Amino acid sequence: MSATTGPPTPPPKIPSKSWTVKVREKGVEALPPERLLPDGQPTYVASWIYVFGVASIASLIVIIASGVILALKGPAWWHETGVGHFFNSIHMWSVELFFFAMVVHLWGKYWMAAWRGGRGRVWVTGAITFLVAVPCALTGYVSQQNFDAQWISTQAKDAMNSVGVGAFFNLTNFGQMYSYHILLLPIAVVALVSIHVLLVRRNGVVPPFELEEKLAGVPSASRDLSGSPDPNGSLHTSTGAQGSPRASTGGGVPPASAGEQS
Amino acid sequence: MSLLGPKDQTKPWKGSYAPYDLVKELCIAVGVIALLAVLLTVLLSSPDDKPSTIAQWSHELPVNFATTAATELDEKSGTAEYGPPYNHSSGSVQHFLFLHPQRWLGVGHPIDTAEDYVVKPLETVPNDPALRGALAEYKAAPETQKKEWAAAYAAPLEEYATAVEENKTPPSTVALDTSTGTVTVKTSGAGPVPTMMASLQSLAQSGGLEGGLVSSSQFFQTDYTKPLLFMADGGLLEERAEQQHLLGEQWGLMNETGSYPGQPWLWLYALWYQVEPMKNSPNGDIQVLLIMGVLSLAFISIPFIPVINRIPRWIPIYKLIWREHYRRA
Repeated sequence: MSATTGPPTPPPKIPSKSWTVKVREKGVEALPPERLLPDGQPTYVASWIYVFGVASIASLIVIIASGVILALKGPAWWHETGVGHFFNSIHMWSVELFFFAMVVHLWGKYWMAAWRGGRGRVWVTGAITFLVAVPCALTGYVSQQNFDAQWISTQAKDAMNSVGVGAFFNLTNFGQMYSYHILLLPIAVVALVSIHVLLVRRNGVVPPFELEEKLAGVPSASRDLSGSPDPNGSLHTSTGAQGSPRASTGGGVPPASAGEQS
Repeated sequence: MSLLGPKDQTKPWKGSYAPYDLVKELCIAVGVIALLAVLLTVLLSSPDDKPSTIAQWSHELPVNFATTAATELDEKSGTAEYGPPYNHSSGSVQHFLFLHPQRWLGVGHPIDTAEDYVVKPLETVPNDPALRGALAEYKAAPETQKKEWAAAYAAPLEEYATAVEENKTPPSTVALDTSTGTVTVKTSGAGPVPTMMASLQSLAQSGGLEGGLVSSSQFFQTDYTKPLLFMADGGLLEERAEQQHLLGEQWGLMNETGSYPGQPWLWLYALWYQVEPMKNSPNGDIQVLLIMGVLSLAFISIPFIPVINRIPRWIPIYKLIWREHYRRA
């Protein structure tokens, strides 16, 4: 005699005391893989302005790659060899491209009011990244060991000294500036960019104005259609106004484009 | 509140989605930027003007070197009178209202210009009995006597510098041998100082002074504060900077040598130095930095500043950015 039974009931979930499990669960809850690395984006994400976010990150990658090569060979190498000078030039031009792309990106985000819908922290981390990148570049200029470094360090020291910063951040101390330039400030920039990108992935790309205003009146029940995993573990679907249904995987936001496309 | 903050509560997107390959886009972007950087490198390279040296300075501008060295001994140079973080003077100490951060943070990199720029380097010169005697006499003298000697030596040099600056005939008390770059100062009451300064000039021209200025108890050296400030007290760096459009009034803060872009992102910072009262204020640096500090804070806080955060709604540049979207709608 065989008993007919349904699928085995999963054992009740017991909250884990493991710190590792807690961090993993929090991480997956905040950024499920399909949200972290999406394969679709809202159709409104269609403008050249979005290019400058990813261009900023791409420039940062080229800066770090060329900087690593320069660091591997030491600070005097680029003065003595053509290959070294070549990589220094790449480093310099990628910095120029980085700032150019970042400035256009920031202006674009301002005119899009990209902080709307709980995205204030996305703006804040982006703005702080720009501000931290400035001393990162300055320490590079004063670490060059050439006339530029002599002149910039002896001139800029007065500004640092006037606010007391010069007492512990000495622009004429090559060793200190080199440490800041190749380690401390790049870590800060990369950390800020990482947080910025994760926040964009979390919040999604800001939608156009009218859309926001139109949808602001959508009742909360229908808002849940945006795709938060429901208690049963299935994904809601969102039927495109103009296109075919497509799984929407964000919690209240579309499966947005790249983090750099906030 | 989740790990990364609240979700977007206000704008669920119920419209359509387009396929998107984030990783591919990033890879293409890195490729394009790398290619662009290589292209700019091949076409324009990057600047690398050789640094000035003290030896070069003492050869090319011997009177300027001698004058600067005399003011270091006399403790009347820019560095000697600077104040924190180099010493306890007040010549370059800035403040804003009740804020005196330069004073509050104190002397972090002490420099005694007479000792560090003249006496100690001369003590490293071997086999020079005349110099040994002069140094012994100088060191044994009371402070007031040292000052009198140094001032007596510096005075003709300063007259010479003033005359050159005003395009007048320089005084005959300073003689320059252009073939050797030797400066002779005819003065009385300078005690051992002329002997010391002649040795210092020789040491500088031989290239030995750079090493003397960075020497400390450490074998390896990475701190060039002393030689850089010594050179900045002189005229060679400024002369080169002017030729390269690097002076403050030339917006030099954001420029670099040659026709390279430099640091254009500092334009706003450089701008404040061109307007009054910062332009001619003895507290111009702290004023500019405080302005930039406030503006930076405002920049970070734009989403939360009334009016500023509404401007994008009033000036519809967003219609240009999302023109495809609005066209479809």
